[in-house]
Amino acid sequence: MGKTLFDKIWDEHVVVQDIDKPSLLYIDLHLIHEVTSPQAFDGLRDTNRKVRRPELTIATVDHNVPTKDRHLPIADQISRTQIEYLDRNVKEFGITYYGMNSAGQGIVHVIGPEQGYTQPGKTIVCGDSHTSTHGAFGALAFGIGTSEVEHVLATQCLRQSKPKTMEVRVDGTLPFGVTAKDIILGVIGQIGVDGAVGHVIEYTGEAIRSLSMEGRMTVCNMSIEAGGRAGMIAPDETTYEYLKGRPHCPKGRNFDKAIEKWDQYKSDPDAEYDKVVIINAEDLAPFVTWGTNPGMVAKITDSVPNPDSFELESQQLAGQKALEYMQLNAGTPITDIPLDRVFIGSCTNSRIEDLRAAAEVVKGYKVSETVNAMVVPGSFKVKEKAEKEGLDRIFKESGFEWRDAGCSMCLGMNPDILSPGERCASTSNRNFEGRQGPGGLTHLVSPQMAAAAAIQGTFVDIRDWSFR
Amino acid sequence: MEKYNKTNGKVLPLDRANVDTDQIIPAKYLKRVERTGFGQYLFDAWRKLPDGTPNPEFILNDDRYNGATILVAGPNFGSGSSREHAPWALNDYGFRTIIAPSFADIFRNNCFQNGMLPIVLDQAIIDKIIEKSSKNPDYSLTVDLESGVISDSEELTIEFTIDSFKKHCLLEGLDDIGLTLSEESMIKNFESRHVIS
Ligand code: SF4
Repeated sequence: MGKTLFDKIWDEHVVVQDIDKPSLLYIDLHLIHEVTSPQAFDGLRDTNRKVRRPELTIATVDHNVPTKDRHLPIADQISRTQIEYLDRNVKEFGITYYGMNSAGQGIVHVIGPEQGYTQPGKTIVCGDSHTSTHGAFGALAFGIGTSEVEHVLATQCLRQSKPKTMEVRVDGTLPFGVTAKDIILGVIGQIGVDGAVGHVIEYTGEAIRSLSMEGRMTVCNMSIEAGGRAGMIAPDETTYEYLKGRPHCPKGRNFDKAIEKWDQYKSDPDAEYDKVVIINAEDLAPFVTWGTNPGMVAKITDSVPNPDSFELESQQLAGQKALEYMQLNAGTPITDIPLDRVFIGSCTNSRIEDLRAAAEVVKGYKVSETVNAMVVPGSFKVKEKAEKEGLDRIFKESGFEWRDAGCSMCLGMNPDILSPGERCASTSNRNFEGRQGPGGLTHLVSPQMAAAAAIQGTFVDIRDWSFR
Repeated sequence: MEKYNKTNGKVLPLDRANVDTDQIIPAKYLKRVERTGFGQYLFDAWRKLPDGTPNPEFILNDDRYNGATILVAGPNFGSGSSREHAPWALNDYGFRTIIAPSFADIFRNNCFQNGMLPIVLDQAIIDKIIEKSSKNPDYSLTVDLESGVISDSEELTIEFTIDSFKKHCLLEGLDDIGLTLSEESMIKNFESRHVIS
């Protein structure tokens, strides 16, 4: 029997396989940020241990950083401390650092690929669940906790039980107005937020192949929202085209050699997955989440569902709780939901292509008077590029705020948060209770849908949008 | 790491599915740089009403459950963010044992790293435990890791399985990193033939 893409990378990285222990797996790239690393470095100091391969570790600050007035000291004392901790730790342990005022700073999952660290065939970990993003390049990338961060720092290895594999195949061509974000929301809506627990997902099929790297990253990013251990997509020409010339990728002849190797990272035709899910792209539509987890989705043309119609009693209960929290009534058309805020950003949708798509929608229109809208580029490089293309002007002229790079309102650790009861169309990945601020009400959508909602003041079907 | 062997404790029934780590500990409390002191923020948003006063509807505020050490919850417990602050908060509050029909992968790993025991039981048994403990707040369970058995003082005796290596580490209170470093020569060997571009 052939091997899956996952099997190939896994097998290449097993350092030790004892029968009575999980595998000891070698880690090629370790990304760290300020929130999940301080206790790990303290652990190293307490035990007199070193960082084994500092050159394989890359650090940045993203969760806590303010997205405006960077020249001022950070107002929040505890946030400042956390960032200063990382400043000190990277110095002490000799780690490459994209600090707050570095030209390469950004969300950790945006800068890894952007700088060319993320490459096919690598094992990549980070103390952050959305590490699954990097799987878009045909890497095995997954999130870990702080103790495991310490473990990787000290040993460059991780002890891992082998997960199962799951193929999510998206056949056919994506209809107009349906984006990578809608693919993944559709997948989660179908298999549920625990549908892929214990599994590594490989996305295949024509609709996936047709996606740009940005789109593939959006899809892999939210694998964790389906419970997946990781998400991956086999590399191809699109991948190589994206990687070519990136600062930390092989160059010239070495790049050609690298491609020869990378080309092997695909599932063999006779490989078998533990689970297979098949989706037809033509059945997808622009999606909007109505509840408090990413599996609670509806098509833009639908209404808020009635939880009584759900199959299981536990689902009915969860649905009722969600509607109560979201202050929504069953039966309300999704397009009738009014919004207070719009957030375009996060490691799911803050790359240049996302900003271009959103700018195309808002160009020449004004943000609704009832809405406060902001764009937070994923990295300074993205910001720079967007400004070169004039996207910042389009956004600002429409009435969007144009901010500096970071996680921002995706999780509200910095000052960008929702007030209780504020309703937000967000391009991020989690609509959990209070995720964007205590009492905040989050609806997850694609950048295009968020942009149109900002103009309209309610959700709109992007397929009817007049820019068409 | 503290050894885990046998525990007897009061149950706190939390009958909810998909309890995510943003609920276990909201992001605004992740700014501390220590591993300790997170218990006070456990389930912060559910514990408090919008005006900051305790929410009498939330079970953690029910004095009859004071001192509970075993949390019993619905499926997919610990989903979402990889924050180890979630198990730290649970442990700090006093919950070293968590029982659910299923756990999110990263959360479960994080528990083991902290000498905590996440146990998977069938939904039907969980329903029974939750029912008993909801009726009788003093309801307690005995969890014996060595023999892999959970029991109450009535008729319940149920076996649970746990990865044998994880079990060994918990029973012995082993330091994972120390263990890996003892395989240093294998790592060196691997590094000598493994090229990273
Ligand atoms: S943007 Fe949001 S999901 Fe992504 S790393 Fe930052 S906080 Fe996590």
